[in-house]
Amino acid sequence: MIEITAVTRRYGTFTAVDDVTFTARAGRVTGFLGPNGAGKSTTMRIIVGLTRAHSGTATVSGRKYVDLPNPGVEVGVLLDASAQHAGRTGREILTIAQRFMGLPRRRVEEMLDVVSLTPDEASRRVRNYSLGMRQRLGIATALIGDPEVLILDEPANGLDPAGIRWMRDLLRGYADRGGTVLLSSHLLHEIEVIADDIVMIGNGRIVSQGTKTELLHTAGTLVRATDLAELRRALDEAGIAATPSGDGSLRTDVIPELVGKAALAAGIALTELRAAEGAGLEEMFLELTAASQRDGAAA
Amino acid sequence: MTAVAAGTTLPARVPVRGIPLLRVTQVELRKMFDTRSGFWLIASIVITAFLATAGVILFAPDDQLTYATFVSAIQFPIAVILPMIAILAVTSEWSQRSGLTTFTLIPHRKRVISAKAISSVAVGVVSVLLAFVIGALGNLAGTGITGTALVWNISVTEFLYFVLGNVLSLLIGFMLGVLIRASAGAIAAYFVYSFLLPTIFGLLATSVAWFRDLQPWVDVQYAQSALFVLEGTLTGEQWANIAVTGMIWIVIPLAIGLGFVTRVEVK
Repeated sequence: MIEITAVTRRYGTFTAVDDVTFTARAGRVTGFLGPNGAGKSTTMRIIVGLTRAHSGTATVSGRKYVDLPNPGVEVGVLLDASAQHAGRTGREILTIAQRFMGLPRRRVEEMLDVVSLTPDEASRRVRNYSLGMRQRLGIATALIGDPEVLILDEPANGLDPAGIRWMRDLLRGYADRGGTVLLSSHLLHEIEVIADDIVMIGNGRIVSQGTKTELLHTAGTLVRATDLAELRRALDEAGIAATPSGDGSLRTDVIPELVGKAALAAGIALTELRAAEGAGLEEMFLELTAASQRDGAAA
Repeated sequence: MTAVAAGTTLPARVPVRGIPLLRVTQVELRKMFDTRSGFWLIASIVITAFLATAGVILFAPDDQLTYATFVSAIQFPIAVILPMIAILAVTSEWSQRSGLTTFTLIPHRKRVISAKAISSVAVGVVSVLLAFVIGALGNLAGTGITGTALVWNISVTEFLYFVLGNVLSLLIGFMLGVLIRASAGAIAAYFVYSFLLPTIFGLLATSVAWFRDLQPWVDVQYAQSALFVLEGTLTGEQWANIAVTGMIWIVIPLAIGLGFVTRVEVK
């Protein structure tokens, strides 16, 4: 289990991580979702002690990461697959991890097999690796100590579709066996297919969190009418906040029934009324992060 | 693309034991050799020692073919290479970004730095011992070729001074690596330390009268050079010079660098 409580990290006047609180539970895959630069990586570095938080605490299995006697066998970490000495071979990098953790030597070859790096590839220097191979090596390094907790930053980057599928099954298996998996991504689809719980972050702040099912059902209502302005006025009068979603429809947080009743009372004929879950997490993600997104593309 | 090579449940947790410093040191020692650049840098000590030995045999006048001449010649490349080895042992964690893994596996960064210090000093001492062996071979070969008398004019004390002097100059490099944490910057700083500063101090000493007496107490190269003259034992004052300059130029900046290392963000 990973518990993060009120963690804040500033760089000068910029607050990269702002009062972030969430828990990644055992037996579940927690997806840490957010646009680029939202604070995902900084939060993960704070968990493992590479970055200091200005306030707040982060614990792994109930202890601060720095207090773990041999972190590698309790927490598998992959923060940046490219952060390796380019002159070492893949096998050597795994061997260093194996030695630091005090594991039997055979673990190195076992892990190379698990991540499907051939003996020939393992003997090559990392500077000649593709991003996908680095990613596999990084995952092998994270798994070599057979930890209960996995912390992976954008692990699917650079993997081919088969590789992504493989990683998904691997993480699923890990969680099903009682492990805790926290993985970040800026790609919704990835999180949607693998995560049980979702934590969404935008501009350093948590914008939403919960189980995937919960989040899907709180997506609200999508409503359409010939005269949108009139519909909006009617909803306002009924005390329902609605926002134009850009494609000639209105979006609200309330259930469809309330919207329908308000329209009926005002005598407005609706052309469409439905729960806004059809578009899945993507719409929600864009919506939830629109206000805090860097490029500010959304209205 | 196989599934994880493990059972259907996570293995029962055995009590996790800490990582002993000896193990960290062994791994750090391994890391000094396991890249081509690291390997050849250390190998270059042996190679240049052989070259320097050959140079002495070829070019030194016959009456100077003594053990001390060989050792002094070998000293030149060693004095440059050892600090580089120490610098790169530290800075590669940042320059190559491998520190992301290292400091995640060993979150107590001072342990990593201590292990690097021990392994660097170990490499330094072994290198110097090797240099003495190569120098001895050179002395045997040189006098054999020229037919001059064998002269073993280095005492055990001088030998120990020599080892200590090299370890100290290696530690200067190590300190700069910890303080600067970037390969290029630390190497540049080392050359300022070992070539520019002594020159400035030397000029000051010749032009400013009162500085002449002060120089041994502030000029670390000047103070340590006493260890390399291979002429008898050092006086108490010379030891004090080494201790004071070592404090100013090695211990204090190293402590400051360690403070940075433990606080700085690893990215």
